Amino acid sequence: MKKEFKIISQIIQNNKRVLDVGCGDGTLMSYLKENQKNDVRGLEPKKDFVQQCISKGLPVIEGDAEKDLFQFPKKSFDYVVLSQTLQAFLNPEEVLNQLLRIGKQTIVSIPNFGYWKVRLHLLFKGTMPVTRNLPNEWYNTPNLHMCTIQDFVNFCDKKNIKIDKSLCLTNEKISEITKVNLKYKNIFSQLGIFLIE
Amino acid sequence: MNNDTKNIKRLIINQSLELDCGKKIKGFPLAYETYGTLNKSKNNAILAFHALTGDQFVTNINPITKREGWWTFAVGPGKAIDTNKYFVICANVLGGCMGSFGPKEIDAETNKSFGTTFPVITIKDIVKAQKFLLDHLGINKLLSVVGGSMGGMQVLQFVSLYPDLSYSAVPIACSASHSAQNIALNELGRQAIMADPNWKKDNASPDKGLAVARMAAHITYLSKEGLQEKFGRKLQDKGSLKFSFDADFQIESYLRYQGSAFVDRFDANSYLYITRAMDYFDLEKQFNGNLSLAFKNTKSKFCVISFSSDWLYPTSENKEIVIALNACGANVGFVEINSEKGHDSFLLNVPKFLKTLSEFINSTYNETSNEKRI
Repeated sequence: MKKEFKIISQIIQNNKRVLDVGCGDGTLMSYLKENQKNDVRGLEPKKDFVQQCISKGLPVIEGDAEKDLFQFPKKSFDYVVLSQTLQAFLNPEEVLNQLLRIGKQTIVSIPNFGYWKVRLHLLFKGTMPVTRNLPNEWYNTPNLHMCTIQDFVNFCDKKNIKIDKSLCLTNEKISEITKVNLKYKNIFSQLGIFLIE
Repeated sequence: MNNDTKNIKRLIINQSLELDCGKKIKGFPLAYETYGTLNKSKNNAILAFHALTGDQFVTNINPITKREGWWTFAVGPGKAIDTNKYFVICANVLGGCMGSFGPKEIDAETNKSFGTTFPVITIKDIVKAQKFLLDHLGINKLLSVVGGSMGGMQVLQFVSLYPDLSYSAVPIACSASHSAQNIALNELGRQAIMADPNWKKDNASPDKGLAVARMAAHITYLSKEGLQEKFGRKLQDKGSLKFSFDADFQIESYLRYQGSAFVDRFDANSYLYITRAMDYFDLEKQFNGNLSLAFKNTKSKFCVISFSSDWLYPTSENKEIVIALNACGANVGFVEINSEKGHDSFLLNVPKFLKTLSEFINSTYNETSNEKRI
């Protein structure tokens, strides 16, 4: 299991209800179910992934976060997880509102567009950045709304979203983002992980 | 049609069953079949519900019709629902014509078939009757209830009536509330039967009417692309159009065959009664317009499956079930399987569907077996 999922699973307390939005093949869900006794549900748009999840006995429904989140009642999950997909939605703000409505707390991770390699790529090559975390070209990327860690923090401030925890990940190393180191982390982190409500 | 139903398993239900229509029935037969063996801990039983024109003979050769069982692709040794591992039970529905209490049965008072004096039955009645069978077989908890189309409606009704009786539930290609389009299509079939002059005559079968009903219904089980791919405008055993109303096209010939083969095995009045039961099915209404209340107490784990080209019970209607289940926090998985075979996909060899079904059942079985060990 990738480091990001390990961090997310550490944030999640045992025996709680978790909705994994865009759960993929269910790796995180399986881990949470087996090791932390979490009552897990998943939403995933790709049929092959949904079938894989159902095969593993994971309750995953095929659906699109932009259309299908409405069906989950208010505060029906202790945690809602959205891993590295916020930037791929047509309307990320609306998706985020839905996540905050459904979950008592929401865990969102974002690939950081403020990462120094990304900045240098654009600065020196003059083309849209292609990195290990952002492997697609501008014409085939699913990422419609890229943002930086700073952007996300600003967004939460503006919308009165409470950030309970903010972590960042660089080359498998995890650290905490604070008010003091935010500018620095925004340059040197590949991924931001936020626990919000 | 064939009446040789002597050698089939029939349970005579001596308890009284009050039907939705208000009538009470007692001492009535329910025909059933089982496959595989019930294990010692009795945790491997699966109740399969058949669709409109199915019967209790899920797999192998149906001893009455001499045709393959309706779910041969899915059920059997080594199949998706492996009868080497699981004990599969299926009953002919109330109102059916394969040995269960239906309009074809003889009314002791008149010594004639009930025909249209048979009481109008509902999906709820059909499901309640099968609960007696489970009691008879000594099964307190099922591993799963599964079924497609009208079988799926029975799954939904079953978990709603008996929320603690099955570890899992697989409603396939169905709806919680029969749509206007589906009522219309059923009415078309019923009117075809009733328009047959033989329908009201004693001892005469309205074969032509029933065949037309089946032809019309059969179209709804397929999809436009499936039909186009299989038949296109191909001609039947001829090089050119014959400028007549014979079956010039293969699709015409195919439908005529489907119609005539059907009347050999099905009772026209059963067709009227069972389609009516489907039309009356409205689980949402049973719970005053809030479908999620139907599942409020359920402890079952659900796997809802729909098919992309099914226009009779489209994905949107299957999703309504998922939405209701999510609204009450039930444990639910849902997938739409890509298939060009229309509504009939659940009866056919659609590998991704069969794989999903198989693995869902197996994973549920493993979970329940683990629970026991702990």
